[in-house]
Amino acid sequence: MLAACDVERLEDFFDLIPEQHRFPALDLPEPLSELEVLRELQELAESNAEASHHPCFLGAGAYHHYVPALVNHMLLRGEFMTAYTPYQPEVSQGTLQTMFEYQSMICALTGMEVANASHYDGATSTAEAVIMALNQFRGRRAKIILSATLHPQYRQVVRTYTQGMGLTIVGDDDSAADLDDIIAQLDDQTALLILQYPNFLGELEDMRGLQNAVHDVGALLCVVANPIALGMLKPPGEYGADIVVGEGQPLGIPMSYGGPYLGFFATREKYVRKLAGRLVGETVDANGKRGYVLTLTPREQHIRRDKATSNICTNQGLMATAAAIYLSVLGKQGLRKVAELCYHKAHYAADCIDVLPGFSVRRERAFFHEFALRCPGPVAEINTALFDDYGLIGGYDLGQDYAHLENHMLLAVTEMATREDIDCLVEALGEIT
Amino acid sequence: MTWNTPDDRKYAETDEWIILTGDSATLGLTDYAQDQLSDIVYVELPVSGETFEQGDIVATVESVKAAADVHMPMSGAVTEANSAIEDEPEKVNADPYGEAWFIKLTPADPAEIDSLMDADAYARHCAARDD
Repeated sequence: MLAACDVERLEDFFDLIPEQHRFPALDLPEPLSELEVLRELQELAESNAEASHHPCFLGAGAYHHYVPALVNHMLLRGEFMTAYTPYQPEVSQGTLQTMFEYQSMICALTGMEVANASHYDGATSTAEAVIMALNQFRGRRAKIILSATLHPQYRQVVRTYTQGMGLTIVGDDDSAADLDDIIAQLDDQTALLILQYPNFLGELEDMRGLQNAVHDVGALLCVVANPIALGMLKPPGEYGADIVVGEGQPLGIPMSYGGPYLGFFATREKYVRKLAGRLVGETVDANGKRGYVLTLTPREQHIRRDKATSNICTNQGLMATAAAIYLSVLGKQGLRKVAELCYHKAHYAADCIDVLPGFSVRRERAFFHEFALRCPGPVAEINTALFDDYGLIGGYDLGQDYAHLENHMLLAVTEMATREDIDCLVEALGEIT
Repeated sequence: MTWNTPDDRKYAETDEWIILTGDSATLGLTDYAQDQLSDIVYVELPVSGETFEQGDIVATVESVKAAADVHMPMSGAVTEANSAIEDEPEKVNADPYGEAWFIKLTPADPAEIDSLMDADAYARHCAARDD
């Protein structure tokens, strides 16, 4: 081969690089054997206290749920793990069908008409909803209303994504503002109003009549939903949502210290051409047999270029596959069961903690599996004591995002918390203070 | 290759045609444009009342292989948008100069029509790009 390239030695290929840069000293440690590497990595990993060994009451956007053994058993198969970019449908029917089924399940869950093949996570899905709404109005409306009870990080991501677009983003300047306050801000300049369901405080806001208020000014309504909650709650589609997005991590994906996660995105058929991301469609081949393809591709950047609504032309294929497997394994009944377990365990915990002196559960609205707990002292101190003395992972410190919720902890209870875990938490909170 | 370029109208470099009839004008995409784009599957039109300057993007078409802008050959206010091509975008391929007109407008400055090409000039413009 060297002869075919008309070269004498392999080293001759590197003659273009100046001699002094050819073999720089890298100063790396000596190589280790596989056994030594494994020992070193295990030691590093063991410095983490993970949810499998410590009852976890932290939620705030990522939740500790059970991942059925079947999910990884299938997900880690080579055929599912390695399938990625299905631009050649003739060799990608497996992954395209999986994505189509995932899309269909998201539609069923959210009560909407079309869903894409996913985005990176709930936060970026929310930002894409904003961009889609702006494109729907072709730049004639530049106001976005964000509920103060939409996840603080999602609101930050929306602002990051849309910087420089000249938008007016309102609704969350007052962190204590409620739904009526933001409805009052709707006008004919509003492109989109975004609400979370359950909201960041775990509460269910009353969305009846919301679609009328939003549609009366000609704006669009986006609901950011928790997919487990949708196992037992009325889907946002039935409340007249135009776009439904959210974080799909609870669907068979571990918390993994922040990712990879899964942004789901669903909307109405009439907005499909403004939808960003990959979209799988069902069709028939030349022989009349059912097949799947990426569809409506002129939406995407590789065709529409600078006129595309988004630069996203990918999806979270592996995570969407995990979610599809999870939803298939559980089915409607199973998902409802998971939701009910979360709901009842959270309410049991709330009732037990409420009677502890110094603690008070915020009961302004019904909640799903998370609630705001007023504590007798700083949340950080309580969490340190919970972990150091009882090995429990406490909830989120709401005071860092909501001035009126100083010393309030956002506590999440999922099906993973046993009665013993909850009783231990109650006892611990009682003893700490 | 040659494309249909009727004598009764004027043409923009960006492949739109326009006809002036009294106070009103009608515009659409040329035969060359629909041929280059291939099967058109979607048309997005402005709403009546919107105003544009000469050269502004007034509509978008999507084909199976591309998304393209439609530009205003003259400045003016949209008076009518042809919903027939929103419902049946394939008409743009079938009858670009007749049934598949895009919008009617009231020109802001009728003299702008002199800046456009006649049929012969446009035909040469297409031929020059086809090689």
